[in-house]
Amino acid sequence: MKFKKSFGEKTTDIVIFLIMLFVITITLYPFIYVIGMSLNKNTLTSMDTIFIFPKDISLHSYKTLFSDPLLWKAYYNTIWYVAVGTVINVIMTMLGGYVLAQKRFFLRRKLNLFIIITMYFGGGLIPTFMLINKLGMYNTRWALIIPGAVSAFYIIIARTFIESNIPESLYESAKIEGANDIGILIKIVIPLSMPIIAVLSIYYGVGHWNSYFGAMIYLPDRNLHPLQMYLIDIIVKNSSRVLEDLGIGVERTLEMMQIKYAVIVVAILPVLLIYPFVQKHFVKGVLIGAVKE
Amino acid sequence: MAIQKTGVIPVYCNRKLNGSIGSLLHAVKRDKYLLLLILPVVIYFAVFQYGPMYGVYIAFNDYTAGKGILGSPWNNFENFKVFFHSSYFFRNLRNTILLNGYGLLWGFPIPIVFALLLNEYKDGQFKKFTQTVSYIPHFISTVVIVGMIFNFLSPTNGLVNSIIKLFGYEAVNFMVKPEWFRTIFISSGIWKGFGFGSVIYLAAISSIDPQLYDASTVDGATRWHKLRYITLPGILPTIVILLILDIGSIMQTDFTKILLMYNSATYETADVISTYAYRTGIVRSEYSYGAAIGLFNSTVNLCLLILANKVTKKLADISLW
Repeated sequence: MKFKKSFGEKTTDIVIFLIMLFVITITLYPFIYVIGMSLNKNTLTSMDTIFIFPKDISLHSYKTLFSDPLLWKAYYNTIWYVAVGTVINVIMTMLGGYVLAQKRFFLRRKLNLFIIITMYFGGGLIPTFMLINKLGMYNTRWALIIPGAVSAFYIIIARTFIESNIPESLYESAKIEGANDIGILIKIVIPLSMPIIAVLSIYYGVGHWNSYFGAMIYLPDRNLHPLQMYLIDIIVKNSSRVLEDLGIGVERTLEMMQIKYAVIVVAILPVLLIYPFVQKHFVKGVLIGAVKE
Repeated sequence: MAIQKTGVIPVYCNRKLNGSIGSLLHAVKRDKYLLLLILPVVIYFAVFQYGPMYGVYIAFNDYTAGKGILGSPWNNFENFKVFFHSSYFFRNLRNTILLNGYGLLWGFPIPIVFALLLNEYKDGQFKKFTQTVSYIPHFISTVVIVGMIFNFLSPTNGLVNSIIKLFGYEAVNFMVKPEWFRTIFISSGIWKGFGFGSVIYLAAISSIDPQLYDASTVDGATRWHKLRYITLPGILPTIVILLILDIGSIMQTDFTKILLMYNSATYETADVISTYAYRTGIVRSEYSYGAAIGLFNSTVNLCLLILANKVTKKLADISLW
């Protein structure tokens, strides 16, 4: 029996719809505005900055930006950090998750505790910094890869996934067939863990793409800087050759502004483009994580 | 191998003497491949997580690079005393707690309300679109978000000041005004996190037994009744646990974001304990003092978390460990 919706219910629906529209607007507006500004012609006046869509489309700010070799270097570096970092992260996480999911492993409980403790207490920033320096990683690419080679939290997530998706009996029958623990990992666990490997790759990958603090403290050499550091130099510190090369005066500040918007677009476009395709993995990650929380 | 061949009895007989060693050897042999596989992980945690914990030792001495961690003169709690007596201590402790406290006050309820609203909205396509859009900021880097803040609030050509000027007012240089820092920091944090924060509540809502809703419809419950008496009580455990955990981590600030946003003009409200530790330890290379400040922060953190965990255990029988 479906009743006609009452007046009150209908109003509620409309109010909720309007709130949703508001949410969509405040989330998307900054992005659209940034893209619009970056595409404006450089004859922009300060009052034009109020409008969301560009008056005359021009790619001049991108041309200026792309003429900077440091931008390309930073882009290359970021791709390197994402690729190498994520591969190492996923391998290490699966190793930890797989071994700790083996109920019969004699060190299971002890190693579990050994890893989980680090989620709640650590030496802190300065002792870590000193250690990395002592190990000779200062001003090398490895300073952004090795110190964060694996996260305790993701090991727990991988472990939970393997425990709840791969039945014990599968290991036993593989053992009877003569497989050892390494063979089981490669031939059985990895193929069955593709969903969690996808989740891990995306989380680690986005983490590397977005990270900057490691580069800020360990990499004084600009040639090793990832894209996020390039962004910091331009937007936050206002110290970049691209900006210095521009003339001085009122037009300069507007042009600077546009370059700042363009560099934001350059940094977020890859994330926005792959986002629709990987979105469901993000949500899955939270749900698997929530089981443990 | 010998142990395995002769069976249980010898192991049992020798238990007092070397039984535990024997069974350990047996276990190592049996799990040798597992040990091999987890070795890199163990080495990583030993070096990069436990290594710095050992390095915390320098918080209690007067470290100089030439003398090393153990060789530098021990000075007890001197570093801590200096910190507690400095003018930074109260200001930065207050800023840490206020920044997170206000952040929790404003930021905590929004994902819950958003999840409840999404749940009330029945149109599949539009709802899905709203969700998808609202998760985007979570994956945008802090640098980009701070960059957008700087651009939008710029006193010369920023969007906000252009609008202010349009109405004939003076432009405001928001980023150097201490009274604006918290608002900007917290609201941008909410913008980044509210959508993705709702995922966990939506999951909690979807695990509520649908029969409850059907039964209540038969009894003539309105939408409001269902929200009030079924949905909210259904997700209450999740809310309570997340709230307590958040209160437990009130000393943890996203200090790397603050580092990008603050400047000496806004230290009054923006400087927190971790940023101060960064400035002394990393920027000024006062390793021992910086490590002491960091250790103070992480110890208070741990205590709060243990306390919070005790409370959740008592209330909901859910524990972190």
